[in-house]
Amino acid sequence: MRYLPLTDADRAEMLSVIGAASIDDLFIDVPAEARLPGTIPGLPDHASELAVERHMAKLARQNLSAGEAPFFLGAGAYKHHVPASVDHLIQRGEFLTAYTPYQPEIAQGTLQVLFEFQTQVARLLGCDVANASMYDGSTACWEAIGMARRITKRGKAMLSSGLHPHYVSVARTMAKFTGDDLAYATPELGSESDINALIAGIDKDTSCVVVQYPDILGRIADLTPLADAAHAAGALLVAVVTEPVALGAIRSPGEMGADIVVGEGQSIGVGLQFGGPYLGLFACKQKYVRQMPGRLCGETVDAAGKRGFVLTLSTREQHIRREKATSNICTNSGLCALAFSVHMTLLGEKGLRQLAGLNHALAVQAADRLAKVPGVSLINSSFFNEFTLSLSKDAREVVRNLADKGVLGGVSLGRLFPDAPEIGNGLIVAVTETVTPEDIETFAAALEEELA
Amino acid sequence: MTMLKEGRPTAPIPVEDAHMAPATVTGNRALMLEEKLIFEIGSNDTTGVDFAVVPEVASRLGTLARTDAIGLPGLSEQETVRHYTRLSRQNYAIDLGLFPLGSCTMKHNPRLNEKVARMPGFADVHPLQPQSTVQGALGVINELAVWLIQLTGMHGVAMTPKAGAHGELCGLLCIRAALEARGDARQVVLVPESAHGTNPATAAFCGYKVEDIPATPDGRVDLEALKARLGPDVAAVMITNPNTCGLFERDMKVISDAVHAVGAFVYCDGANFNAIVGRVRPGDLGVDAMHINLHKTFSTPHGGGGPGSGPVVLSEALSPFGPLPYTARMADGTIHLIEEENVGEEMPQSFGRMSAFHGQMGMFTRALAYILSHGADGLRQVAEDAVLNANYILRSLEDVLDAPFGGSGPCMHEALFSDKGFADGFTTLDIAKGLIDEGFHPMTMYFPLVVHGAMLVEPTETESKAALDQFILALRSLAQRAKAGDDALKGAPYHAPRRRLDETLAARKPVLTWSEPEMAQAAE
Repeated sequence: MRYLPLTDADRAEMLSVIGAASIDDLFIDVPAEARLPGTIPGLPDHASELAVERHMAKLARQNLSAGEAPFFLGAGAYKHHVPASVDHLIQRGEFLTAYTPYQPEIAQGTLQVLFEFQTQVARLLGCDVANASMYDGSTACWEAIGMARRITKRGKAMLSSGLHPHYVSVARTMAKFTGDDLAYATPELGSESDINALIAGIDKDTSCVVVQYPDILGRIADLTPLADAAHAAGALLVAVVTEPVALGAIRSPGEMGADIVVGEGQSIGVGLQFGGPYLGLFACKQKYVRQMPGRLCGETVDAAGKRGFVLTLSTREQHIRREKATSNICTNSGLCALAFSVHMTLLGEKGLRQLAGLNHALAVQAADRLAKVPGVSLINSSFFNEFTLSLSKDAREVVRNLADKGVLGGVSLGRLFPDAPEIGNGLIVAVTETVTPEDIETFAAALEEELA
Repeated sequence: MTMLKEGRPTAPIPVEDAHMAPATVTGNRALMLEEKLIFEIGSNDTTGVDFAVVPEVASRLGTLARTDAIGLPGLSEQETVRHYTRLSRQNYAIDLGLFPLGSCTMKHNPRLNEKVARMPGFADVHPLQPQSTVQGALGVINELAVWLIQLTGMHGVAMTPKAGAHGELCGLLCIRAALEARGDARQVVLVPESAHGTNPATAAFCGYKVEDIPATPDGRVDLEALKARLGPDVAAVMITNPNTCGLFERDMKVISDAVHAVGAFVYCDGANFNAIVGRVRPGDLGVDAMHINLHKTFSTPHGGGGPGSGPVVLSEALSPFGPLPYTARMADGTIHLIEEENVGEEMPQSFGRMSAFHGQMGMFTRALAYILSHGADGLRQVAEDAVLNANYILRSLEDVLDAPFGGSGPCMHEALFSDKGFADGFTTLDIAKGLIDEGFHPMTMYFPLVVHGAMLVEPTETESKAALDQFILALRSLAQRAKAGDDALKGAPYHAPRRRLDETLAARKPVLTWSEPEMAQAAE
């Protein structure tokens, strides 16, 4: 077996040092009835690298990859071009095969990256501080609700109807067990978000209001009045960003008064990967830092006075606090954070603004073109790179038929909101820099044929 | 013009006459290059990415277009490559040498797995594409699920948890859902003292009261104490097996039977499944739920702290309560992803969704490639070699280091030592930092909490005997120095990119983001 270096001679010599007659002697603590006498029946034995690669390639070929088709899917995961150097750098063994930097003297590489990542994320989201990452946007969102409960000592969270329905489902799952009260209604197919309804619903028991920006339908709303209303009632504003590239073009939630801003960082540096691993972003105001979940990297000095970095404030964490920890999270999303940070460093402010500008311009062109298709109307008055169309028939069927024609034409609201048939004609369309004018024409033509 | 004929010196000055190493003006030391922060070397006007010309359109951003500077410096591609390459060289990694971090399973990460995960059919596929276009991706999930079920002898598996701790949460949510389904409001979860910190944290997160179960002097769960505490208020017992002392819980089946007898469930922390894979199936020991860290047993890369992946295998009693979504193979051979849209009446008792989308696909492809490469025979050999390597270390060091449970029989995949016998003022930390100078990553230190100054050494099966022998040599020397009170050890490491770092300062005055020097000063 190519990954196992011990020879039979090594094994024999080591057994004699140990004083064991055979390897079975080392498993004597296993109850006799649970010891397997040989390999598990029905499973194949080891295989060559070539054979495994062939098997996996065969499975890979059964998928239609985003790069092979006109591609317009978003709804929480976005196809962006990732520069070649990003994947090269994250595959350096010193990053790829290291672990959580428990020994800072020989982990300054990872630690400095995390410090830079935290700074980039805090600035992008408009907050004072950010942590070293969470699993993904949906789990970061739930952690923010829990954090708001700890800070306000209130248990009622109001979820905007514009929040990604998977994020809502995750929060509902967790709330069943923590006892949080979650207020939520499915969205309506209109140009206005539910900010005013949220403001009206805030009361003295509200721990936080959770609002997505831009929201699941792509709408962009000013969060300032919501932040003011939440603060006036002693509640927090939690903002959720699933497309961080948008923040190269529009104001950050932190600037508008959000107390906690979480997000899905996949868009920058991390590919689509069928949904994971992704990258949870988590940032907040300085005054709440000790209630934050997850790992934090901080600056310090070494015994010789040189600047260095360490994991810090770990008295919040499970390995110290055990059942009193702010979260049970241990492993986070380190390599994805590295990919995000490398990509963001390549972009810089200038590149991020250009990228955001290009996404928006192409999205505007696509929205205008698609809205001309008979039976299609655009519901958004504002959007960044994603908008929602109302079709003349159920969008689920349309999406499936478009796929049969080789067009990956968006995400149907029926798939995301199966319990809300009244919005089943809605189709979320995302347009990034990877979309060409020809893709837009192909999509428009196929849609026209489908709705005819 | 005359040609010079002396040439250059080709032999060094003898070492005794050579100069002492002077400080360099740059702070660099040859191949070890100091690297500033991107905020100190980049600028807002530099970029390493070129874009097509942006078409002129009327903005639809409403009133919220960004006008201020964000403060994100950029670097050219070459500067970026250099920045991260230099930083990478300040990291220890499996690719450099033995990384015996107990309980973390730092084994070799095969590069085939990286190649496979990057195939466009896996890497460039959106999670919400129509199912007809992702049959291969669903096939990977389904095939890996079948392997995990077979290897553990369990009934079902929840594939979506994103890491070990997320898997623990999944298991406990299944247990709570199962108890609620029978109208049973139990409040207590029992956790051994030696458990990972995630266990009590997870139980508390799910709303349970956590109670400790003591360990016996031989490092295992105190069966009598556990039995005495079991009762109708206990929802579950969380047990790590092999446990964090590196020992197999001999009474596991007896414990499971006793737990089931009072109507409670057995959660097994599967962080150490690599020690028994192919030799023992947890299903045969009465386990109801167990997470499997794909980044440990099945070698997906640790990546400097994730991403991980933590599928949870489930008993027949718990399977109906598992999370959405999941995959199912149909009679016609197609694989369906069962989620909110199409779950219908299929799984009415599912506790719901744990995260967006369908789990850590990028880890599934790597883990499946690892499993197929090893096969049933190779995986069994993995467990055997991991246990052999750990026992070799245990027996090669127990004359110089105290092995608190060394007398009670063989260990499993990791060897545990204590700081007993060190000279006054010498600690496990000194040994760890000394190992850094010797070119090794230190072992897990001060865990488990049941052993004073614990040193938990997990060599893994991918280390050669030569690598183990060199590690043993280094650790023997350090143990002797700590016992002899060699003060030089307290200054270690001397040869790392940094000397010991001031963690107290970092926590007292947290600096978590970079700010411009004048702003940082103003804030003080």
